Amino acid sequence: MFTGVFSSTNRIMQVIVDSVPIAMTGLAVAFAGRTGLFNIGAEGQFILGQITGAIVGFYVPMPPILHPLFIILCAFAVGGLYAGFAAWLKNRFNIHEVISTIMLNWIAYYFMIFIVNMKSVKVPGSQHSPEILDTAKINFFHRDFRTTAEGQALSESSPFLRPFIRTDAGYAIIIMLITALLLWLILKYTRLGYELRAVGYNRYAAEFSAMPVKRNALMSMFISGGVAAVGGAMLVMSTSYYITMLGTTEGYGWDGISVALIASNHPIGCVFAGLLYAALKFGGLEIQSRMRAPTEIINIMIGTLVLCIALAPALPRLAERLERKE
Amino acid sequence: MEFLNTIVLTISITLMYSSPLIFTAIGGVLTQRSGVDNIGLEGMMAFGACGAAIVGFFAANPWLGLLAGAVFGGFLALIHAFIAVTAKGNQIISGIALNLVGLGIATFITRRLFNGAAQSNTVPKGIPKVLELLGVDKSNSRLLQSAEIDLTVILAFVIALVVWFVLYKTKTGLRVRACGEHPGAADTLGVNVTLIRYVCTTLSGVLAGLGGGVTALAIAGRFTPSVISGQGFIALAAVIFGNWRPIGATLACLLFGFAQALTVILAGTPWLPTQILAMLPYVLTLLVLMVFVDRSTPPKAVGQPYFKGQ
Repeated sequence: MFTGVFSSTNRIMQVIVDSVPIAMTGLAVAFAGRTGLFNIGAEGQFILGQITGAIVGFYVPMPPILHPLFIILCAFAVGGLYAGFAAWLKNRFNIHEVISTIMLNWIAYYFMIFIVNMKSVKVPGSQHSPEILDTAKINFFHRDFRTTAEGQALSESSPFLRPFIRTDAGYAIIIMLITALLLWLILKYTRLGYELRAVGYNRYAAEFSAMPVKRNALMSMFISGGVAAVGGAMLVMSTSYYITMLGTTEGYGWDGISVALIASNHPIGCVFAGLLYAALKFGGLEIQSRMRAPTEIINIMIGTLVLCIALAPALPRLAERLERKE
Repeated sequence: MEFLNTIVLTISITLMYSSPLIFTAIGGVLTQRSGVDNIGLEGMMAFGACGAAIVGFFAANPWLGLLAGAVFGGFLALIHAFIAVTAKGNQIISGIALNLVGLGIATFITRRLFNGAAQSNTVPKGIPKVLELLGVDKSNSRLLQSAEIDLTVILAFVIALVVWFVLYKTKTGLRVRACGEHPGAADTLGVNVTLIRYVCTTLSGVLAGLGGGVTALAIAGRFTPSVISGQGFIALAAVIFGNWRPIGATLACLLFGFAQALTVILAGTPWLPTQILAMLPYVLTLLVLMVFVDRSTPPKAVGQPYFKGQ
């Protein structure tokens, strides 16, 4: 497996590219987690981001740099409102966010199929929406550049540029890193972040200190949903270019939960956990082709890893017991 | 007559779709009432569905299949119980992990046994039907054909009643509830918190495995990786919606089943796209939760490991 992941710089770059959407949903879940909210709905928010990316990316013509920025803004707002709705349901009706966001996941999933299936959207003879405009793509190099004579010459002559040309690497990587840094700074150095963490540690103490607990829950979910949706939009803008009718959901939101758990809800940790997850996933595909073992193995491996994390609280006690015996 | 037939059909489809949910939700009530959170029900259902489909196929006996489903689900739950009770680990994380592991191993085993296909073959014998067993001749009546239900539907209601009786009318039930509310107090009075939590958690897996088995044998007729797709979580929603009570959870499951039935009955309506229809169960759940503003109170100690002497 490790030969699969690390055998060439292209592969390493591919893992980095694959890690972006997983890290984004991981960041979303982790940020909400810091406020004591369990955002199982990253999946649905991610899907709404994909829809926004595909629709705004095709139907709203804009100049190059503005277009992706506008899409990201739209996706953030849409995903934020969707997750904010779950927080509002919790505040107003006392509906647990785990329940509401799971329902919202399915609603988002069927909404995506509904959108793709619309006569005015679906490309005739296919199962997907039209490819987004070139102005909306955020790859470092256009995908077609790879096959041109100029592109091949450049990737032959420059080993440094080769992985950038031959994969879908793009500004999504940079945006993901900035997001991770921003979320970490917000949590650590701002008043909002302090209040959010305080609510996460002890909701009642925070309420007693006159912190607006409900408003903070809304804020936390809004940011969380926005980040997840931007992840979805960036996947469309850098890799898939359109949305398809899928038999099941892709599961980026669920991957994000595992990532956030592995990172114990730390934003910077999510970047590395996302890389680990992507390496396992990508390496898993390699296992499949070399040893003819199926992709479920990755689920089992990551599940076992997460199971060990669940056991982590037992370690200090185990150590204590061993110490006493000596 | 046509109208009556539609109503009867709606009821029997509702019952068909709610029965796996009822099994699983009752398991959820049991484990949470004893103080152990279990969001791994989804994975336990998938694992149970796999076991039921495999044994149901090779042994050609639906009851042996269901039994295997129960054993498979119980096995996963036993791991959860070890992490939650003995190791005092994080129950939410463990549940999420078991969702991944359960579906992963289920798909893996199925691939090994069925020549690399991720789905099992169709079982030769499904769950017996109630009217058939009673010897009713339904060949002439469309109404009777519509009213036919699986025997497992009855079993689901029986189990719900039994768990309700045990939880609220017996000494054991009082002890279970005490473990979920205040394990320290229960412990002082000589209740074996560890044992009760182990038993209840394992039983929740057994019931979820049965639920998965019912899905595989009575509804789908086989195991596929997407055969459960979210039912474990819907059952979890039913537990909360039903205010952690067996009867309440059962009613909640019936509501979800009804929403599912509506999507079947209304399918093909020209002005209603299928995707919008498919959203219906989930939209309905949210609306119902909003209308019945709940004062739901979870068991106090749910999700917290118990340390002796604290």
